[in-house]
Amino acid sequence: MALAALLFCIGLFGALTKKSAVLVLMSLELMTNAVNLNLVAISRFVTPASMAGQFAASFVIVVAAAEIGLGLALVLALYKLRRTVELDRIDRLRG
Amino acid sequence: MPESVAVVPFVVLAVAAVGGAVMMVLVRNVVHAAFWLLEVMMAVAGLFMLLSAGFLALIQVMVYAGAVSVLVLFTVMLTLRRREDAQRPLDLSWSAGIIALGVFGAVAAAVASFVPPVVSAPATTPGVAEFGALLFTQRALPFEIASVVLLIALVGAVWWAGGDDR
Repeated sequence: MALAALLFCIGLFGALTKKSAVLVLMSLELMTNAVNLNLVAISRFVTPASMAGQFAASFVIVVAAAEIGLGLALVLALYKLRRTVELDRIDRLRG
Repeated sequence: MPESVAVVPFVVLAVAAVGGAVMMVLVRNVVHAAFWLLEVMMAVAGLFMLLSAGFLALIQVMVYAGAVSVLVLFTVMLTLRRREDAQRPLDLSWSAGIIALGVFGAVAAAVASFVPPVVSAPATTPGVAEFGALLFTQRALPFEIASVVLLIALVGAVWWAGGDDR
């Protein structure tokens, strides 16, 4: 679990610091992986028979796959529109 | 936490996962970062195996190592105009580091004070067959909802990334 916490925080750091949208999405994937690891580990030692954590982790994987697909599609659409994936330069909503 | 996983493989895989994650954040090339992400995913799949979740390890390899990393690489290739664009400055900031360290401190404190209810580990852990049986009996509704979520995400992704003929 400490390992999962460490992995999660590296992912959080990456998501907060990166300026490329693709790298931010990759950091998000890192964070969901950390959460899955925690779910499986706790399920292994607390509810080994019913495998509750494994089901939760599999549905997290489903949602994460949907999220990365939609996120990368958004990045591609944004790239076609603005010719850049740098988050600093996508500032149309800035007042 | 009861100590029942093999220590040496766990340490190896943990070092691989954390090292790959650090390298992913610190490396300057976007394509190299994608491959480090792949390495982390494989290490996490190995950890799933170690935790006797064989089916999840399989899903992890197929979904992340197979699909997600290819998708990420495609997007990287499509959004790079020149080869030099792959080299990026090291975007590090103190405020994000402080936030991440703070969250890590809070979570580590929570983990340290967490006392898991001790159950005796069973001699045999349920395998893929039991997983599938439970998935299609008790968890059939979430399974169907997950399929609908994936279908909507598929249609939405095609719609967003689709051609210019609209």
